[in-house]
Amino acid sequence: MVKQTHKFFGSREHHAGVRGIDIPNLLLENQDKVKIMSNTTIIGCYEDGVLTAVTGEDHYFKIKPQRVVFATGASEKFLAFPGNDLPGVYGAGAVQTLMNQYGVVPGKRVLMIGAGNIGIIVSYQLLQAGIHVAAVVEAAPNIGAYLVHASKLARGGVPILTRHTIVEAKGTDSVQSAVIAQLDEDWQVIPGTEKELEVDVVCLAVGLSPVLDLLSQIGCRRKFIPELGGDVPFRDKQLKTSIDWIYVAGDTAGVEEASVAMVEGRLAGAAAAAQLGADSTEAGKIIASCQASLDSLRRGPVGAKIRAGIAKLEGGCCNA
Amino acid sequence: MLKSSGIAQKSDWEAKLPDVNRRKSGPYVVIECYQKIPCNPCEGACPNNAVTIGEDINNIPCVDYDRCNGCGICISRCPGLAIFVVDEGFCPGFGKILIPWEYLPLPTKGAVVAGVGRDGKELCPAEVVEVRTAKNQDRTAVIGLKVPLDFVNRVRGIKLGGEENGR
Repeated sequence: MVKQTHKFFGSREHHAGVRGIDIPNLLLENQDKVKIMSNTTIIGCYEDGVLTAVTGEDHYFKIKPQRVVFATGASEKFLAFPGNDLPGVYGAGAVQTLMNQYGVVPGKRVLMIGAGNIGIIVSYQLLQAGIHVAAVVEAAPNIGAYLVHASKLARGGVPILTRHTIVEAKGTDSVQSAVIAQLDEDWQVIPGTEKELEVDVVCLAVGLSPVLDLLSQIGCRRKFIPELGGDVPFRDKQLKTSIDWIYVAGDTAGVEEASVAMVEGRLAGAAAAAQLGADSTEAGKIIASCQASLDSLRRGPVGAKIRAGIAKLEGGCCNA
Repeated sequence: MLKSSGIAQKSDWEAKLPDVNRRKSGPYVVIECYQKIPCNPCEGACPNNAVTIGEDINNIPCVDYDRCNGCGICISRCPGLAIFVVDEGFCPGFGKILIPWEYLPLPTKGAVVAGVGRDGKELCPAEVVEVRTAKNQDRTAVIGLKVPLDFVNRVRGIKLGGEENGR
């Protein structure tokens, strides 16, 4: 959240229109029942219900929770091309962390790879930081990001080149230029369309995959669903996984938008509380309202892919 | 074209304008939102209830131009920065447009900047006639630009500076 400087989309009930950086304070307002342990990592998850944790570098301890909600998010996908190991090739998350958390710009001229919401939003944030964005290239025929974001970037003078890819990053000690080219309908480079752009940063924003390491360790059932970002855990309509005491929420449960993640967190929390004997009328209300919100957020055309992914997961069909 | 470049074409944005009579009768909002996405802050932003999304949050906003008075309150509430206000009767030969703006340093009132189109290309000089930075805009400034009448629905931004954004 501390890296999300833009105003969020979604429903007004769920903080749409508020900048991501300001949402944590709203979520924590007037509540004293949550203890936040920052700088603490869960490093193991065992069959007897014990989680092992470490705070800082050397304070190790165990937790035995009655229920757990994993909201470990997603990690960035990478792209294979010559020169992708040169300094100056970044993931979009790293660029956001550098700029928005530490106030450090990654370079002077950036080539962005990927025109999904992340690629487009990080490009916009680069412009805001005074960095030149030479172009955004996208292999698909259409922009994946919300078009209003793309239009905002286009007004900033950044060309968005669909059906284009990076061929190579060049440089001796670090990136000095990048070669891009057009793709044909079979996603193959069209010879002769190569163009060399003078950039010192190549930023990759080519998709996310759920982070499932701990869930894999404990043996949660999972399935490969490309529409949801790759391997995702099985979960029921209340976000409970195949293991009775483990729930998931957010990108861990399948890569989607931030508004969905916030609703899922509330849903999983209410469902876990209900399972532990909390006021079932109250919990039932929260669960029903969250499920209705999720249906509504996913109902439109941009939600079609997600709906298809969830149907595959819930249908349990065996093409995995 | 919009889908592959992010640049709305003339046929796209013309369909978002009110009829000619309404355009002559005072400032009006232009909501350049073309895609069904789950988003509705604009609906609650209007003090005159001129903007409707309705029950399905994926609907594209619909403007009741009898209710819209072009106040511009909705501009900074759109997370997509897709709302503009156009006043074709600002002064003889010139119109005024209100645009959302999130780049620093902010232009100052009285400055002449380069107005750019939806593709970021320079179109005409524009005088900054207003800079709104109210707290409830939450760091999305609203800039008023005086542009020749022909450009009121073409200019949608200000040219950014060179490598260091040095405006």
